[in-house]
Amino acid sequence: MIKFRSIFLLICTFLLAGCHYTILDPKGVIAATEKKLLIESILLMLVVVVPVIVMSIIIPWRYRASNTKATYTPNWSHSTIMEIIWWTIPCIIIAILSVMTWIYTHRLDPYRPLAADKDTVMVEAIAMDWKWLFIYPEQHIATVNLLELPVNKPVRLFITSDAPMNSLEIPQLAGQIYAMTGMQTKLNLMATATGDYMGLSTNFSGDGFSGMNFPVKVVSQKNYDGWLQAVKQSPHHLTLQAYNQLTKPSENNSVQYFSSTQSELFSQAVIKYMGPMPGMVLGYQSVLRDQQHTS
Amino acid sequence: MTFEKILFGNLTLQAIPYHNPIIMGAGGMMGLIALWIAGAITYYKKWGYLWKEWITSIDHKKIGIMYLILAGVMLLRGFSDAIMMRSQQAIAVGSHSGYLPPEHFDQIFTAHGVIMIFFVAMPLMFGLLNMAVPLQIGARDVAFPYLNSLSLWLTFVGAMLVNLSLVVGEFAKTGWLAYPPLSGIAYSPGVGVDYFIWALQISGVGSLLSGINFMVTILKMRCPGMTLMKMPIFTWTALCSMILVALAFPIFTATLAMLFLDRFMGMHFFTAGHGGNAMMYINLIWAWGHPEVYILILPAFGIFSEVVATFSKKKLFGYTSMVYATISITFLSFVVWLHHFFTMGAGADVNAFFGIATMIIAIPTGVKIFNWLFTMYRGRITFSASMLWTIGFISTFAIGGMTGVLMSLPPVDFQLHNSVFLVAHFHNVIIGGVVFGYFAGVTYWFPKLFGFRLDEKWGKRSFWFWLVGFYVAFMPLYALGLMGMTRRLDHYTAGLGWHPLLIVAAVGAAIIGVGILCQLMMVYVSVKNRHAYRDVTGDAWENGRTLEWSIPSPAPFYNFAVTPSVHSLDAFWEMKEEKAVNPNIELQSHYDDIHMPHSTATGFIIAVFSGILGFGLIWHIFWMMGLGLVGIFATVMARTFNANTDYYLKSDEIVRIENERVRSFTSSPLSSLEKEELVLT
Repeated sequence: MIKFRSIFLLICTFLLAGCHYTILDPKGVIAATEKKLLIESILLMLVVVVPVIVMSIIIPWRYRASNTKATYTPNWSHSTIMEIIWWTIPCIIIAILSVMTWIYTHRLDPYRPLAADKDTVMVEAIAMDWKWLFIYPEQHIATVNLLELPVNKPVRLFITSDAPMNSLEIPQLAGQIYAMTGMQTKLNLMATATGDYMGLSTNFSGDGFSGMNFPVKVVSQKNYDGWLQAVKQSPHHLTLQAYNQLTKPSENNSVQYFSSTQSELFSQAVIKYMGPMPGMVLGYQSVLRDQQHTS
Repeated sequence: MTFEKILFGNLTLQAIPYHNPIIMGAGGMMGLIALWIAGAITYYKKWGYLWKEWITSIDHKKIGIMYLILAGVMLLRGFSDAIMMRSQQAIAVGSHSGYLPPEHFDQIFTAHGVIMIFFVAMPLMFGLLNMAVPLQIGARDVAFPYLNSLSLWLTFVGAMLVNLSLVVGEFAKTGWLAYPPLSGIAYSPGVGVDYFIWALQISGVGSLLSGINFMVTILKMRCPGMTLMKMPIFTWTALCSMILVALAFPIFTATLAMLFLDRFMGMHFFTAGHGGNAMMYINLIWAWGHPEVYILILPAFGIFSEVVATFSKKKLFGYTSMVYATISITFLSFVVWLHHFFTMGAGADVNAFFGIATMIIAIPTGVKIFNWLFTMYRGRITFSASMLWTIGFISTFAIGGMTGVLMSLPPVDFQLHNSVFLVAHFHNVIIGGVVFGYFAGVTYWFPKLFGFRLDEKWGKRSFWFWLVGFYVAFMPLYALGLMGMTRRLDHYTAGLGWHPLLIVAAVGAAIIGVGILCQLMMVYVSVKNRHAYRDVTGDAWENGRTLEWSIPSPAPFYNFAVTPSVHSLDAFWEMKEEKAVNPNIELQSHYDDIHMPHSTATGFIIAVFSGILGFGLIWHIFWMMGLGLVGIFATVMARTFNANTDYYLKSDEIVRIENERVRSFTSSPLSSLEKEELVLT
């Protein structure tokens, strides 16, 4: 018995050593609520799933053919009361889950702003073959494969793809949203603890897909400001030529800094596929326009 | 245009991947096996038999068997892909890049998905429908026997195109549903996506034709007295599944056709640019794809219902509930497709609607589970192999269903979508539901077609290896999904803690492999001992409830010498309870003539021309496209003007066949039959 237990413990250590359940260890407000919902809905469903699993083992054992003492009713095939019971139980559980779904889907809508625009850090993310370009439009800087964010500050990502479809996810901060060619999506999130987190593309986009992950560094406001200054010192400038160079396929890219960016690169990345549409404003430009409207 | 270009289109010698030892090895192996089979057929002079009795046969039972063989062979191919993926992920950590370069790995996971769904699950399903549906409803064949043969051979040609892509050219590197823009000509200029399109287009037409065929069969060819609510439950699920096929497959065909037009003629349905909308493709493909998974699971539910009643020696609990649950799943399966892409950003209202619609499916499914449990309750349960698959299914599927409902909550899906948690979920329901169900079904109906039972010992061993293997292979993937591991990675960074779990998953896949070996062993042992395992009564499991068990095993080619007439749901059970004379077992002094279709090669020939057309389209060989099209048209015309398609099997002939059957059983313990025969002779 002791031997069995030690083997069991050994297996457990082997399986759990170094394991990091990122989704169960959220470091942002959105991811934390998503985790809460995940746990609550599992518990709710276990109310019916556990009895089913237990019954699926006990019933066949009890009514095995060799157990002739067990009751045998070959023609008993209907019971209105029992059927009402097991139509009702799942109905109640699904009704509760539906209400949860409605409330949380709206509360956790990735498009829903977490604060006023002026208090929000704006980032434009473009998926490329096979790397991520992050433009900080307020500071006119950009990075490749690195997202640095201040802690406790709402962040809004405008996301598109200048390559096949990808999906941007930072599991510990917020769930994913697609990065689609010729389209823009938004993701609002806020980190509540400093640290290095994993960011990745989850939607397969070709040969270099496996290397399309990026570190997300959440730092204090002071360090963030310092980092912005550091990027400003970079000798590289994200001109249109540099941008076009960047869109060419490359794998397992290292981090790059650009101290300046050509304006409206994000809009152009979308519009080049869709063709110009009058009145269409994208990315940070749309924030600027809204500010003009309100002032 | 050069001469080579006209003759070979885009096909050059470079299309054959000489430099890749894995592919050439696999291709060589396949070639050797094909040569060995062809050699054996020649040596035993069986080509004529093969052509006459199998290739041109339009007997639903033989077509069913051929579907099963196709599925079995393709299962080995799809499983090899699975083993390669699992072993690659078990070693490609950190600086190790594994043994598969990305462009090869990408083809493998695409091929694995395509093969397992289209060329294993679908043929298994159609095989089982062919095996059981006409017999369950007391019919002598399907409504359109020749169409049935065409469907089989179209599926076969599709499977052959996928296998051909291994050695001539490449397969798609896009994932099994080939989302654009990645599958567009700009990002996938090779022939891989074209192989994908034409393999699935050709087999998809076959599936659609089969769907219509069985729908009509079930609606129009039931024996006298069998009203809809007296129909066996498997036939009910088959009907609902076929309705889904008839409604969903046209969407699939149209979507692939548009993808083809984008690639071949530079159109812009789904391209990035010029107004194309890739998200339209994703909507359309899932408007087919979601019903598709219910197309597969509904017949499996039907099989479980039959098996659980037979081996519990008890009437199915809540038949009416089961029927309405099946119908509501059929309906709901069409209004949930958006849950495959909550992450597209459709907005909270839309996402919440589709999330709730999805979880509503859990209600009728849950009811079914309870009905199965209460069929066993107060029964007398025999743990045969088919029953083990059924019991294993109930608990496994409960877990898979739970993770499915979990992901139907859009905010949770934002975290789990595209992760290996999702991979674990759909393998949980497809292996634990569809595959277990089909294996139960094959074991269950096998004696009806072959006349002998499958070896139970090896069947049970295979079950235990599959069950344990499944849990060892996929529970780690659930955990890995919670660690943020995404699907389709050919390598990953060290230090994430993924590596040990991926090794465990690879071990799980190997255990499943042992399960498959046990199944091969089961077939071998059963064939070897076929005389010992012979089913002499026709009621192979002794507690059969439905009409297929009222006829001899193997079923005669006309199925029912006397068309049955039913008065209740479990017609055969009732017949036994009342000790009524079974006219299909006991010899009759008189039989009516039976209207039968002639065998025909038309389906096979059309499929061969479709293959030629498909190959021409893949490689842009215009003369082959022309040849294929003209060939198909000419064959269809020849069939249209052929008046000699059917005949009457004369009464004398039936008497002769039935007498011979009884005589062959004289050594059997069926004394009543012997006496009957003595009286008649």
